Amino acid sequence: MRKSINIFISIIMVAGLVSCNDGGQKKGKRGAQGGLATNAAERVYVAPGELDEYYAFMSGGFSGQLAVYGLPSGRLLKVLPVFSQNPENGWGYSEETKPMLNTSFGFVPWDDSHHPDISQTNGVLDGRWVFINGNNTPRIARIDLKNFKTEEILEIPNSAGNHSSSFITENTEYVVAGTRFSVPIPQKDMSIKDYKGNFKGSLTFIKVDQETGRMNIKFQLMMPGFNYDLSHPGRDKSHGWFFFTTYNTEEAHSLLEVNASQNDKDFIAAVNWKVIEEYVNNGGGTKVPAKYAHNILDENTHTATSTMLDEVLTVNPMDVPGAVYFLPTPKSPHGCDVDPTGEYIVGNGKLSADLTVHSFTKMLDAIEKKKFDGEAYGIPILNFEDILAGVVKQPGLGPLHTEFDDKGNAYTTFFISSEVVKWKVGTWEVLDRQPVFYSVGHGMIPGGNSRKPFGKYFIALNKITKDRYLPTGPELTQSAQLFDISGEKMELLLDFPTIGEPHYAAAIPASMIAPNSRKIYKLAENKHPYAALTDGDVKVVRDGKEVHIYMNMIRSHFNPDNIEGVKVGDKVFFHITNHEQDFDVPHGFAVIGANNAELLVVPGATETLVWEPKQVGVWPFYCTDFCSALHQEMQGYVRVSPADSDIELSWSLGDE
Amino acid sequence: MRTSLKLMTLLFAMALISCGGKEEKKKETFSYDKKAPQTETTTKKEEVLPPSKRVDLTSKGVGPITSVTLDADINQTMADQGSEIYKKMCTACHRADKKFIGPAPTGILERRTPEWVMNMILNPEQMVNEDALAKELLMEFNGSPMANQNLTEVEARAVLEYFRTL
Repeated sequence: MRKSINIFISIIMVAGLVSCNDGGQKKGKRGAQGGLATNAAERVYVAPGELDEYYAFMSGGFSGQLAVYGLPSGRLLKVLPVFSQNPENGWGYSEETKPMLNTSFGFVPWDDSHHPDISQTNGVLDGRWVFINGNNTPRIARIDLKNFKTEEILEIPNSAGNHSSSFITENTEYVVAGTRFSVPIPQKDMSIKDYKGNFKGSLTFIKVDQETGRMNIKFQLMMPGFNYDLSHPGRDKSHGWFFFTTYNTEEAHSLLEVNASQNDKDFIAAVNWKVIEEYVNNGGGTKVPAKYAHNILDENTHTATSTMLDEVLTVNPMDVPGAVYFLPTPKSPHGCDVDPTGEYIVGNGKLSADLTVHSFTKMLDAIEKKKFDGEAYGIPILNFEDILAGVVKQPGLGPLHTEFDDKGNAYTTFFISSEVVKWKVGTWEVLDRQPVFYSVGHGMIPGGNSRKPFGKYFIALNKITKDRYLPTGPELTQSAQLFDISGEKMELLLDFPTIGEPHYAAAIPASMIAPNSRKIYKLAENKHPYAALTDGDVKVVRDGKEVHIYMNMIRSHFNPDNIEGVKVGDKVFFHITNHEQDFDVPHGFAVIGANNAELLVVPGATETLVWEPKQVGVWPFYCTDFCSALHQEMQGYVRVSPADSDIELSWSLGDE
Repeated sequence: MRTSLKLMTLLFAMALISCGGKEEKKKETFSYDKKAPQTETTTKKEEVLPPSKRVDLTSKGVGPITSVTLDADINQTMADQGSEIYKKMCTACHRADKKFIGPAPTGILERRTPEWVMNMILNPEQMVNEDALAKELLMEFNGSPMANQNLTEVEARAVLEYFRTL
């Protein structure tokens, strides 16, 4: 509690400072952007009926979801439910999707989603899947970009605060998930005071099946008890390595804002995953008990299954020579970003005024010559000067993240001084700076985390909104800002609000996704065990206190729409198949007094809502999604009789 | 862009058609008097067949199908395939020999051309907007739209063959 008050106060103080400073600048800026002075409006205007140039997948932050925006318009296209229940379409409420939110802690209907990353082939975006991490109850989700649906969620055991996640290697061989909070591994009852030397931080490498996208944990690297904050893969020449920033190398367990800021330098951990992979393939590592859920949604049965796994392979870095090195990096680095060539690793020391850039070539050289500057828990520490490529001198205050364009420039976000700074990779000179409103976290360039960025736009994902929109009481949305970066100077084009608190985002040219986007599920491929695929399959079956209704629907009726013989105390399963085979004709289903949500059934799919009637009567259900001129007629009744009634089950539609 | 070009061409074509002699029809479609109850009573006295019973063996409707040749003999294999498709994709709204949500297909080829039937299956949105008879049918069936079940032309042809067996 005290900690959160402290944080709150400091944020307010910082924000206060920032907003005081920016007030004047902003006014000036607004004047300069009076519409007539620039053609900014024209450059973000997507005319009615026209389509955006990019899909942007922006994390939903503490909404737990993933938001899909169009760029450059900044229009919200869809909120994809991932880690949180979504009553709008029944995600996490329907019987089919409830297993997706199962964990070793039971059903967890919420999470904090942070860092989406789009799959790659040869270091270039390929648009197959987007991955995103759940930070709070450690999980990684895979969203299929044909179906725009969360198709898999894998829980990460031995992790806590799954923050340096979910970043992929350049052929999507692995999705990587690092822990921010170190914990006892395995968990046990012990004094918090004994943290130092006893807690561990796990870095999890999840293998991705190239055909199906299915994930499974290949190994967990058991690292010293630091905080593993962010990570990025090596690419091109540094492919095979993965880089993680650390803070709290002090191993403090209380008042971290002071106690974890003592060391002049923390580390970037450089992990040679190819060496460890080989070690593991040759039988290395230790299997340890671990309980974690693996949840998969099948696109033909439209149904998720949750499997509880019970062991995981762990690797002690000491057992694999050449696997891990520490690169000293000033002042609690946050973002850990690798440039498109794979040569430069940028450490954004959030309490430092400078940006530190390490050289991959120099790092390999120092390793080869064994030029070490000590060790930490047996892991060699390289000499700071030996691996340093350069320093961007005093570009701003509070650097957090760096993205890259396709012209050899880097763009770093500065939280405290609330600006984006463009600098030249290699010469480290600052080329441009633009204020943002206010206090930017991540920045994002489409493909900015790949070998081939699309350097046309930069999005600043801001933490503080304040006066950018009409006030909506004390609680505001977050704010994103779109810059045109095609010229020498960055140009602010557009503000738009975002859901939750978007941390990172990932964007891709629309042409790589849109042509494959699914329009309907084929009824012929529907393998749901309770599907009513023809009117002949329509029935109502009692199994003890359970009543299963095999129902279908099409514009604009349910079959059956009159059901009798249900009793108080029954558990009624509405299994509803949408018989439409046309694009954008979903039907909704809602029944009075349901203690969950509605269903939104897309064409060709089957979904199930459970209803436990508590009162005798005749109760209506209806379609919630305006489907045709006769939508209002799309309704039905269930007669609910007393528990001891002997009325037989019956069902009908019209006179049939 | 390409779509709008197509639309323009269509509109132009329609404009041509409407100039080209079907004046009576045009008048009917746009006539307010027609809809007044008085007129209806008078016409009722004569013989007003509901559109579902009317016979039009010339119109091919609007859509991808411009010509279908029916062999003298029914292709039973194709009809069986059509029956399966009909069962899966159509019975939510149609019964073989009675009016349900939509009209019964039995005897349909005595009232409509095979092209019209296939266009109604394959292209219902445009049909109910642009084909005069389909428009009237929509009203006769309470405005309940014929759903596009995304059949292929081959599938729609099989369903047509099945209709011949009814």
